[in-house]
Amino acid sequence: MSTAAAKRARPKYLHLSAILFEIRMPVPAFVSILHRVSGALLFFPFAAWLLYLLDTSLASEQGFARVHDYLRLPIAKLGLIVFIWAYAHHLCAGIRFLLLDLNKGIELGAARRSAGAVLILSLLLTAYFAWRIW
Amino acid sequence: MVTPRRIVVGAHYGLGSWLAQRITAVIMALYTLVLLIAFLSTRPIDYGAWSRLFQNGWMRVATLLFAVSLAWHAWVGVRDIVMDYFKHDGLRLGLQVVTILVLAGYVGWTVQVLWH
Repeated sequence: MSTAAAKRARPKYLHLSAILFEIRMPVPAFVSILHRVSGALLFFPFAAWLLYLLDTSLASEQGFARVHDYLRLPIAKLGLIVFIWAYAHHLCAGIRFLLLDLNKGIELGAARRSAGAVLILSLLLTAYFAWRIW
Repeated sequence: MVTPRRIVVGAHYGLGSWLAQRITAVIMALYTLVLLIAFLSTRPIDYGAWSRLFQNGWMRVATLLFAVSLAWHAWVGVRDIVMDYFKHDGLRLGLQVVTILVLAGYVGWTVQVLWH
């Protein structure tokens, strides 16, 4: 291959706005990216936040009452809902990845369907939880 | 050096991390199930029920196992993110050190919460 041909064959670098608006990503790509985003959110701030809540709620009866009142604030409920989405998505997508690792559902059609199922199931779980706490 | 076949034990950090991330994932998924069952079977949850739940020896050990699994799992995951997006060696090292400190802090905090 000549140098010019090699240059033409180079993959195009896609920045974030191109990924989101110029190309059409398949559903499994969204699941993969959201798996990363949800994982990062769970690492920080959610793990720290939940540890703080666990610490305070177990420390004393007053602490438990404080956490109970705190979690009634709309902003805290919103935080919980985002947490539940991140956890549900990360768990569902993670189970899908484990199955893919075991060569289960790796055909294109099956992989697309399971990716769609992960997106929808985690949103349904989040919606159910949101409905329950609001 | 490229070896034609990989074995599952030994000092090959890429495969070792990959495997560790999956094993810890299964542990955390099982803990989630246990916690969910414990949660739903002790309703309504007041302070007494809540603190009794975490005074069980098995619950403390399971929660600690979860925390350690989370730290190991998140170390692999966050390291992947850092390696993908940060090309400057010093920054990368700094972020990895911060990640380790945060995760070690989480585990220490969990021990303190469980056995205060």
